[in-house]
Amino acid sequence: MMPGSTRELLTPATRMGVSIAIATGLYGVSFGALSIAAGLDLWQTVALSAIMFTGGSQFAFIGVIAGGGTGAAAFTAASLLGVRNAVYGMQIKQTLRPRARQVPMMAHVTIDESTATSLSQNSLAERARGFWTAGLGVFILWNLFTLVGALLGESLGDPAAWGLDGAAVAAFLGLLWPRLKGMEPIMIALAAGVVTALAVPLTAPGMPILIAAAAAVLYAVLSAKRGEQATEHGKRQEIDGGMQ
Amino acid sequence: MSELSWWIAGACVLAFAIKLSGYFVPRSVLDSALMTRVAATLTVALLASLVTMNAFTSGQELVIDARVGALAAASIALLFKAPFLVVVIAGAAAAIVLRATGLAA
Repeated sequence: MMPGSTRELLTPATRMGVSIAIATGLYGVSFGALSIAAGLDLWQTVALSAIMFTGGSQFAFIGVIAGGGTGAAAFTAASLLGVRNAVYGMQIKQTLRPRARQVPMMAHVTIDESTATSLSQNSLAERARGFWTAGLGVFILWNLFTLVGALLGESLGDPAAWGLDGAAVAAFLGLLWPRLKGMEPIMIALAAGVVTALAVPLTAPGMPILIAAAAAVLYAVLSAKRGEQATEHGKRQEIDGGMQ
Repeated sequence: MSELSWWIAGACVLAFAIKLSGYFVPRSVLDSALMTRVAATLTVALLASLVTMNAFTSGQELVIDARVGALAAASIALLFKAPFLVVVIAGAAAAIVLRATGLAA
């Protein structure tokens, strides 16, 4: 390996990482603007992108606040949505086998984009490059564009006049869409939508999303026991395949 | 610091702790088909719940307004594999147009 050479800078993994970083970073604008529209101030918005740094959870937090939910409900929804990052961390640790001192930085940039970029590469070196390029690239651009969006949001005034409530709906659908592969996730999504709609008039703001989450966990646990063997076998293969 | 700021600080710390846990929790706990399944199901359900909340509710009421048009416009953009930012702009534009033309509140 020749560090710093063009050969290493422009591998398929780094190119993929950079394009994902640009695409994802840009929509930091919508997070920044929507966060201000939800009633957060500039520093709260900037802190979410810099420290929480996991898009789905950030949108969930401001989404609950925008809907009149409490800080506690927003905290819970955002944290539950972040659980998948623990699974990503486990996969990345298994694949890249990092040194202990690298782990805190790696953990911070362990998100959808860095994990997907890394795991889709074929060699260990490429996986490491993919992880860091996507992770650090998204971090820098996401924070930069969050700031741009927040400043823009502050100057816009009335959110509804700019269609920002419509933008929020579109943003959540855009986050959900790539996960709707196959019949089961579509049914889960529809069921969660119905449960939420039923719970809205009956429970305090912020609660419906937590009720939908609880129902989803219950379903996942109960249905997994039924089909455990098949699932476990499939998973095993996938993990072995990922370790070449 | 306001109460909301404390919840934000707490959620930020917990988000990092969750990420870190993937690197430290023994494999046997996280590396199970059940854990992967719960995380995937939870993610889909939470996002679907957020779509519903943002599209159809106002406080504790279910309402139909311009945001339904935003949902439709975003769906069409996604069907045509538009990038995320285009999807968001389509949602905003639909809401603006429906309100401007008086077709929806």
